[in-house]
Amino acid sequence: MKFGVVVFPGTWSDRDCGWVIDQVVGAQLQYLWHKDADLKGCDCVILPGGFAYGDYLRTGAIARFAPVMQEIGEFADRGGLVWGICNGFQILCEAGLLPGALIRNASLEYRCEWTHLAVERTDLAFTSQCAEREVIRVPISHGEGSYFAEPAVLSRLEQSGQVVFRYCDAGGRVVPNANPNGSLHNIAGIINKRGNVLGMMPHPERCAESELGGADGLKLFRSVAGSALRVLVS
Amino acid sequence: MSLDTVDSRRLREVALTPEEYRVIVEKLRRPPNMVELGMLGVLWSEHCSYKTSKTLLRRLPSAGEAVLQGPGENAGAVEIGSGWAAVFKIESHNHPSAIEPYQGAATGVGGIIRDVIAMGARPIALLDSLRFGPLPGSRRHFDGVVAGIGGYGNCIGIPTVGGEVYFDECYANNPIVNAMCVGLVRVDRLMRARAEGTGNSLMLVGADTGRDGIHGASFASVELDELSSERRPAVQVGNPFLEKCLLEACMDLAQTDAVVAVQDLGAAGLTSSVAECAGRVPGAGARIDVSLVPRRERGMTPYDVMLSESQERMLVVVQRGRESEVERIFSTWDLTSAVIGDVTDDGHLTVFDQTEVVARLPIDLLTDGAPPRRLAGVAPEPAPSLRLDSLPPLLDPGESLLRLLASPNLCSRRPIFRRYDHMVGDSTVVAPGGDAALLRVKGTRLGLAMTTDCNARYCHLDPNLGAQHAVAEAARNIVATGARPLAVTDCLNLANPDRPEVYWELEETIAGLAQACRALELPIVSGNVSLYNDSAGTSAIHPTPVVGMIGVIDDYAHRLEVGLKHEGDFVLLVGSSLNDLGGSEYLKVEHGTVAGRPPPLDLTREAAVNRLILAAAKAGQLRSAHDCADGGMLVALAECCLLGGMGVRCPALRPEAPLRLDAAFFGETPGRFIVSVASRAMPELQTLARRHHVEISLLGMAGGDTVEFEGQFRLQLDQIRQAWETGLSF
Repeated sequence: MKFGVVVFPGTWSDRDCGWVIDQVVGAQLQYLWHKDADLKGCDCVILPGGFAYGDYLRTGAIARFAPVMQEIGEFADRGGLVWGICNGFQILCEAGLLPGALIRNASLEYRCEWTHLAVERTDLAFTSQCAEREVIRVPISHGEGSYFAEPAVLSRLEQSGQVVFRYCDAGGRVVPNANPNGSLHNIAGIINKRGNVLGMMPHPERCAESELGGADGLKLFRSVAGSALRVLVS
Repeated sequence: MSLDTVDSRRLREVALTPEEYRVIVEKLRRPPNMVELGMLGVLWSEHCSYKTSKTLLRRLPSAGEAVLQGPGENAGAVEIGSGWAAVFKIESHNHPSAIEPYQGAATGVGGIIRDVIAMGARPIALLDSLRFGPLPGSRRHFDGVVAGIGGYGNCIGIPTVGGEVYFDECYANNPIVNAMCVGLVRVDRLMRARAEGTGNSLMLVGADTGRDGIHGASFASVELDELSSERRPAVQVGNPFLEKCLLEACMDLAQTDAVVAVQDLGAAGLTSSVAECAGRVPGAGARIDVSLVPRRERGMTPYDVMLSESQERMLVVVQRGRESEVERIFSTWDLTSAVIGDVTDDGHLTVFDQTEVVARLPIDLLTDGAPPRRLAGVAPEPAPSLRLDSLPPLLDPGESLLRLLASPNLCSRRPIFRRYDHMVGDSTVVAPGGDAALLRVKGTRLGLAMTTDCNARYCHLDPNLGAQHAVAEAARNIVATGARPLAVTDCLNLANPDRPEVYWELEETIAGLAQACRALELPIVSGNVSLYNDSAGTSAIHPTPVVGMIGVIDDYAHRLEVGLKHEGDFVLLVGSSLNDLGGSEYLKVEHGTVAGRPPPLDLTREAAVNRLILAAAKAGQLRSAHDCADGGMLVALAECCLLGGMGVRCPALRPEAPLRLDAAFFGETPGRFIVSVASRAMPELQTLARRHHVEISLLGMAGGDTVEFEGQFRLQLDQIRQAWETGLSF
């Protein structure tokens, strides 16, 4: 399994993702420059956290036009694994690879803190190592992470089981108090219909080692690393 | 206006005195032209020249075994082991933050990051030491500054891991915003900003130059007055995205040997960066051509270009002939770079506008020519003394504890630090909220602890002793993580030194810092002085010497945290309590008074207690550790419970005479820690404590969901948490 980590100007989780892939998981790592129209044979492309191009216009609004995004769109169409984390999720929504949008946190403040996530899909390349209905602890760090979609889109997502992660309390109850940003339906992460493009606001790359306060994020990286044989790129 | 009839208005504009002007004319043997006058004005400002403090600052110890770079560079550097150097510095951005809180704080963060980058180091952490007037009155300052720090730090991707915030009437018009940055670099890749090599090129990289921030350094060197809001154009605007690109480009640059030096453009912009860079090499000079400087706007004069404080710019000294390599690196990050001049050996800074010479000044006149100001200090009236027997006895320690924990100076800082990304970088092992933050050095077992500290109320009551306390407390905070204190950076925030009692405060502060740092063997390797923190005629701040400190733990697996860990562990007080309440938070909150002197401080004893904690931590005897400081023993104990999510049961506290109950619970005697230990580790710890001649006493046992001193009070942990977590909700 070869991971590609995309670097836009303003990206900052690239090095953290790279550290986990290379040093913790021990998988193959390739950084992908935003100006490159070549995914260099990667099996899973990560769009990491940060403020791509400063996020000045609107989060992800400029990044979607980067040359590398054209390739990623085609790669996703072929069934390649694309994983947007934080700013990456915002970019995937802007690029139309995932439905909905991430808007300003309900608190109107940036939030950096630990959250609990209920894992609602374990049949995916990203979550196969999680147990059914498992609750994992993963930190968030964003100012604009409130998931929003039109009612029709939202119910389609729910009906087809595309919500992968939902903010919950330590006991797994999906309650308003556990929602750190005002996301509709406590949504923290969604997948496309085909099951190969995942977007999530929380940062699994920040919790892959116990000394950083928790290692639940490692399950997601290991899931992807172990999924090589099951991915069929048509 | 003719040059030789330079009027006093013009001198005031560049913040030079007639006497300083006379010195300039004498040294130059001619009157300076307007560009030269502007350049000298900014470099001779207090902010850049330290003319009031520099003779005093020489008293501070700066040497030590681990020191790789002391004061005089962009930042200090110490060796921390495994071939790594920690680079760090603290700096003030008080005046801009008073006028424009968001941008003032944001650009303060941006500036200190560039100082660390200039040393070739990758910034890994930020800390912020803040002071405001009481809430809700100072809401505008508080909200703007907190948002500005987050806005810059979150966007650039450097974790904000620590700092402090206090509220006092004296900061109502003059908030204190000090930002510290810590970086890492391999010892053999540490860079110095020295303009070596005649003929080497000077390149300006990063943002284009605009008119923003002109006279910023001069503005920071005078008192704020009713016209200060008109100075808003002197406050710069930050662009963290641009600085992130600049950071990455400089990291790439440091990997090549095409570059001789990198220098931040901060206060006084191009003028100071070129002069400082050349000034560090005897005999070196520089030629620059302002017409080559990439500009943001039309019609800028050479004066504007030389004095602009546009942010996110760096000066790079490049090996002659290798400019295109540097240009390539910056263009990869879509950044502008331009050759604007070169290094000479004539000891002068010569400024051209194409072919015309618009300024020519000796480097040493710029960097070192400001005549030191020798002022006389006069001790003010001492603060009112405190007679303990005039205080009513403590009736309900539990009620007092709740009020103290809810006070803005002691309550939880989570509403602030959860607005800062404190995790990016995957290195934050001990997050904000404890005594000091601890970051791992990836690829090693090393942990780097960092903190900022200052109890300015102590400094107000006794500047010398208060400054010593700041050093001692910072050291205890480092030690509480299991790390040994290594070195210091300081930011001295004071009022107008032209007033004899303020100058006296400055002298005493520096004397106190020097004494404590010598006693604890801590070199001060970098720092900053911010004077004139007054508002015309109304208020002056307390002396606020913020001490930033770093420390090292050889294996971060042995780190300690504040929170209690296991039910049934013994909870102990290390060190002994004095019958003293001077300057305490208890006096202020419960009796509405600030009086007495700070608690006595025995530095030899501090060192002994610190050694004991470190030895016990290394031997694995301790489960948790927390420094006792503001609020005293009971507040510290409650924090151990709150952060551990576990209560404590203690027998009644019955101090022996003359120790009063209020002093035992809430006195702020230094040299004390609250630790928890497994019961089986007790005998070893007792032996170790005896060997270090440090007293330890059993307070109680961890567990349950209440904090209780039998027969004295009993509180639910939830109730305590409620008080503690809502203290900043105004």
